[in-house]
Amino acid sequence: MIRQFTESEFLFILASARWTLLLTVMAMLLGGLLGFLVALARTSHLAPLRVLAAGWIGLIQGVPVLMLLFLSYYGLSLAGFDLPPLIAATVSMALYASGYLGEIWRGSIQAVPWQQWEASSALAFSRPQQYRYIILPQAVRIAIPPTVGFLVQLVKNTSIVSIIGVVELARAGNLVNNATFQPFKVFGTVAAIYFIICWPISLLARRLEGRLHARRAG
Amino acid sequence: MPVVQVEDVHKRFGAVEVLKGIDLTVERGEVIAIIGRSGSGKSTLLRCINGLEQIQSGRIEVSGHVIDASGKGLRDLRKDVGIVFQSYNLFPHLRVGENIMLAPRVVLGVSKAEALSRARETLAEVGLAERFDAWPDNLSGGQQQRVAIARSLAMRPKVMLFDEVTSALDPELTGEVLATMERLAEHGMTMLLVTHEMAFARRVATTTVFMHQGRVWEMGPSERIFGSPQTPELRQFLGSGLK
Ligand SMILES: Nc1ncnc2c1ncn2[C@@H]1O[C@H](COP(=O)(O)OP(=O)(O)O)[C@@H](O)[C@H]1O
Ligand SMILES: [Mg+2]
Repeated sequence: MIRQFTESEFLFILASARWTLLLTVMAMLLGGLLGFLVALARTSHLAPLRVLAAGWIGLIQGVPVLMLLFLSYYGLSLAGFDLPPLIAATVSMALYASGYLGEIWRGSIQAVPWQQWEASSALAFSRPQQYRYIILPQAVRIAIPPTVGFLVQLVKNTSIVSIIGVVELARAGNLVNNATFQPFKVFGTVAAIYFIICWPISLLARRLEGRLHARRAG
Repeated sequence: MPVVQVEDVHKRFGAVEVLKGIDLTVERGEVIAIIGRSGSGKSTLLRCINGLEQIQSGRIEVSGHVIDASGKGLRDLRKDVGIVFQSYNLFPHLRVGENIMLAPRVVLGVSKAEALSRARETLAEVGLAERFDAWPDNLSGGQQQRVAIARSLAMRPKVMLFDEVTSALDPELTGEVLATMERLAEHGMTMLLVTHEMAFARRVATTTVFMHQGRVWEMGPSERIFGSPQTPELRQFLGSGLK
């Protein structure tokens, strides 16, 4: 029986966007936290930490997100952790984000001129003080555009978790399309919602960038 | 007691020995100029005195802090040693006043009011009292360099090290920075300065050190070093008019 694409189908798709948003936010928070530690380790002056962080980044970036997802879902359940799909999805997206954010932020930290380290060393700052007061404030400015760029990718890439049965935007669209066979309407709607989520993020990034720039020149 | 005492300091980069046994003493209130060809080890010596480079052997003592090959206690030493480089390296995310207040606040832990008064005082000392709220990017090179000097002074160092601080500046901006340093010298600051400004060294420095190939080649009262150089190397260096 073929259903029509009515308001209720539309609302079903719209409501599923909350899982997309939730996944994105959780992945960004948890992945950001881990990624920050990875970036610090990657720029540490302790060689083992650097190697460990480089290994982590290489691993995450070298493995398809899909494999992270399968490992989190099937792997962890085999290991005795029976995780609901949403948790496995969050874990895998956070791991994925940590690898990319770690690398983006490593680059941002290293983009701060080495003379800033030297000048602050000469003023007797300790290494944590250098990070806190000199390096990170400058790295943040450098990091904003690529970080927001990644965030937009993350929103779109959460669609992959539909594979393990999380009914987020993409999967909701798929379900509705299977029932209505109106792919243009259905996926047009889905695409529009992705766009409505991502577009303001890009806009915000541009504004933030502009503001930080203005502050320095002002 | 001397402020800086350098004894038989050796410094290698890999296999290359850059300082080959340096001895040097700086008394309180003394201004010593270091001259010499590019590559003779002048910057390395200053960086060792501030602990930015680790020495392989010998001993450096700065106002009671001892540096040896172990490299311990560097932060305490750096609180007493100001250093200003050719590039000013102001913190671009902070206004001029914040640039100066940060290290006293964070490193020395002085109160905000105290940091503020130090910033105002040192900015006045370098002649930039009215630029407290400016962004570093909006200052000329000479002004940025003077802020860098003020930033160092706010730590109340026992000795100031200057490494070719005017070399990156256009000639018309050199004068204001030299004048600032000269005023510091007049106010009794102990200073060790690497410079290519021979006339300035001769006029302001009590003692001049000529470094050559990682050694103190010749050293004495500035008037004698410039007026009657003893070694052929120094005569050649001064004669070549090398900038
Ligand atoms: N970080 C470094 N690594 C390797 N060699 C260095 C380093 N810094 C300086 N040198 C070498 O040490 C020598 C002395 O350098 P420097 O102290 O900068 O001389 P100066 O300041 O008199 O021009 C030069 O040959 C330079 O190439
Ligand atoms: Mg030099």
